[in-house]
Amino acid sequence: MLTVLLEFALVLVLMTGLAVLMGRWLSRVFSHPGHALPERLTYRLLGVDPRETMGWARYGSALLLSNGAMMLFGYLLLRLQGSLPINPLGLAAQTPDLAFNTAASFITNTNWQAYSGETSLSNFSQMAVITFLMFVGATSGVVAAAGFIRGLSRSSATDIGNYWVDFTRILYRVMLPLCFVMALVYVWQGMPQTFASQALATTLEGARQQLIVGAVASFESIKHIGTNGGGFFSMNAAHPFENPTPLTNILHIFSMLLIPSALTYAFGSLLARRRQGWVFFGTFLVMFIGFLAVVYFAEQGGNPLLTQLGVDQLLSATQSGGNMEGKELRFGIADTSLFIATTTGATTGSVNAMHDSLMPMGGFVPMAQMMLNCVFGGDGVGFINLIQYALLTVFLVGMMIGRTPEFLGKRIEAREMKLVMLSVLAHPICILGFTALAALWPGTLDSLNNVGPHGFSEVLYAYTSGTANNGSAFAGLNANTPFFNTTLGFAMLLGRFFTLLPMLAVAGSLAFKKTTPAGAGTIPTATPLFMFLVVFVVLVVGGLTFLPALALGPVVEQLQLLSGQTYK
Amino acid sequence: MTTRISTPPLAVTQGLFRGLWRPVLVSSVLFMLLTGLAYPALTTLVANLLFPFQAQGSLLERDGQVVGSVLIGQAFSRPEYFQARPSVTQSVDPNDASKTVTTPYNAGLSGASNLGPTSQRLLDAVKERAEAYRALNGLDPQAAVPVDAVTASASGLDPHISVANALIQARRVAPLRHLPEDALLTLVRASTETRTFGLLGEPRVNVLQLNLALDALATPHQPPVVTE
Repeated sequence: MLTVLLEFALVLVLMTGLAVLMGRWLSRVFSHPGHALPERLTYRLLGVDPRETMGWARYGSALLLSNGAMMLFGYLLLRLQGSLPINPLGLAAQTPDLAFNTAASFITNTNWQAYSGETSLSNFSQMAVITFLMFVGATSGVVAAAGFIRGLSRSSATDIGNYWVDFTRILYRVMLPLCFVMALVYVWQGMPQTFASQALATTLEGARQQLIVGAVASFESIKHIGTNGGGFFSMNAAHPFENPTPLTNILHIFSMLLIPSALTYAFGSLLARRRQGWVFFGTFLVMFIGFLAVVYFAEQGGNPLLTQLGVDQLLSATQSGGNMEGKELRFGIADTSLFIATTTGATTGSVNAMHDSLMPMGGFVPMAQMMLNCVFGGDGVGFINLIQYALLTVFLVGMMIGRTPEFLGKRIEAREMKLVMLSVLAHPICILGFTALAALWPGTLDSLNNVGPHGFSEVLYAYTSGTANNGSAFAGLNANTPFFNTTLGFAMLLGRFFTLLPMLAVAGSLAFKKTTPAGAGTIPTATPLFMFLVVFVVLVVGGLTFLPALALGPVVEQLQLLSGQTYK
Repeated sequence: MTTRISTPPLAVTQGLFRGLWRPVLVSSVLFMLLTGLAYPALTTLVANLLFPFQAQGSLLERDGQVVGSVLIGQAFSRPEYFQARPSVTQSVDPNDASKTVTTPYNAGLSGASNLGPTSQRLLDAVKERAEAYRALNGLDPQAAVPVDAVTASASGLDPHISVANALIQARRVAPLRHLPEDALLTLVRASTETRTFGLLGEPRVNVLQLNLALDALATPHQPPVVTE
């Protein structure tokens, strides 16, 4: 237990230190006046003027159009897989609905996978489609955050920056160098990195074993730094080639938290409001620690129904114990819990254990974090979601004391609140609406791996994961059907762009306003009190919306588990 | 185009999409070539220069033959070998291509049970595995069994078992290998990997490496006789 506490504390301290380092770097990248040579060449090739300033609508259009083009390009490559090179295993192209789902999933930074990497994608597709879309999807998220923060920092301005400059810089100065270095560390720890597709072995008992290999390390580094989450292999970061050692596991965790946490610091730097940045960091952290504790204790406690069968699940010097179904031994319960809290907090969606086999309250945690969608959150969008809740908080508090709400010296008026509400409501409408539709759809029962409340959780989890652009799954659900591929594809697109675009509009609107100095009636937003108010608003507004659905899934399941009710 | 326009920010200004088509199309292709091909290719090149063993999958050889990867578990059914955790990886049914059958440690397609904690199928499987484990290791019918010995891992390719599990199996393997029990217990302890930096991960035993060490210690190169 002491080891576990020490480990958790160490991770949180190191993560905070990395947030400061990375935050400094990000704020330099966002605001540096010069352009490096490769960047100037890129601008010339693209035919753009780096000095152009863009209003939020043009900035958002560039993001939307280029994401659309990249998604289409990825879709075409997936459909043509059979005729493309580096496909020695001769894998066929994905079906139209599956290719749509895959392309939508990776461009929106979701990385939901309705396919198994080993048997569905060639080494070429893993690189030219998946690795490519992971880079540009994640970079787009950080670009949106850059424009968003710039909008908040400006006064009486009509522009929020230049999309092409932001995109090129973040890709060249942050994503590519970081991923390259991390990939080499990963190979050192044992991840394969080769153009070969397989290695054949004869086991000690004489059986033939086909080992699938490929460009795994270069895939894994962007997968986590980009909070993407899609797996090279079917079983994702639980596969020993994707996550060979406890060290790679912790590096995955740091990578996932790196940019989301650093953005709070970059925000504080760029607005010269350091305290405000730390208040937002603290908001993230408080929720994270709470959820981590719940999942750790739920999993370490083990499954009481297994104890009745004479299974020893107690933590001791010679075993980690706990609920080990669907978990890997090298990680045990502590490192698995840390990974679960991180991957659904930072909405990455990679998994190092099968969430479908978590205890009911263990499975409750990833679902709840994705429903709130701002416990660190994905690259860029997590921060934007948090600001959305901060605006809602100043609005609610302003209403209570009868003052005009202000945030960062700007008056928050009807237009901003309408956009914030559009973004706040799009999330639950998408999740609950599609879950309701799937619950009525006649074919859904055939896709379930578990029945009863756990089966309902499988469906609820899928749409939550898609809308929150997470991508993890209660993976027993067979989601590779035209119905699930299509509806989940739309859930991912709606979940991404109905949050990003309204909030970019808010940034554009705030940039246009004058900054006024704080008066006697201004609610201070850089205080611990405000931090807890935001946590409260997130839990009440974000949480209560989903409580009825959660009650039908994990909560009922927990009660039935305690009474010994089982399902076929 | 650096002149400030004073229209309200929500209004769609003229020329919203002007000049966007070229960068949109060129950037898709350029960034695909850079991030999808150049980056993995460069990483592959450097990685194979620096860490050729790991980059190719950490393959272990014995007498010039590849016997597996140190990172990937494999199935052991003979009692004179330490047995790995249960695995529910699937493969295509040889008799009916439209179906799949459970083939433990199929490294061609990783897989887990994905059964929830109240699933009767999970409980039945665990009960069956616990009985088999007790029978194999000569344990009391009521004896508690380590949880990792009766639950399927997430990847289906978990290369490790717990120390508790290895110690129980050592007592079974020792007489089958004509080795004193102490020698086996020492071997298990020597093969135990500890926590990284004393904090990360869990103490564990790599089954393939342990069995290779075991073969090197007693009657290598020919399968030992199975005693009933």
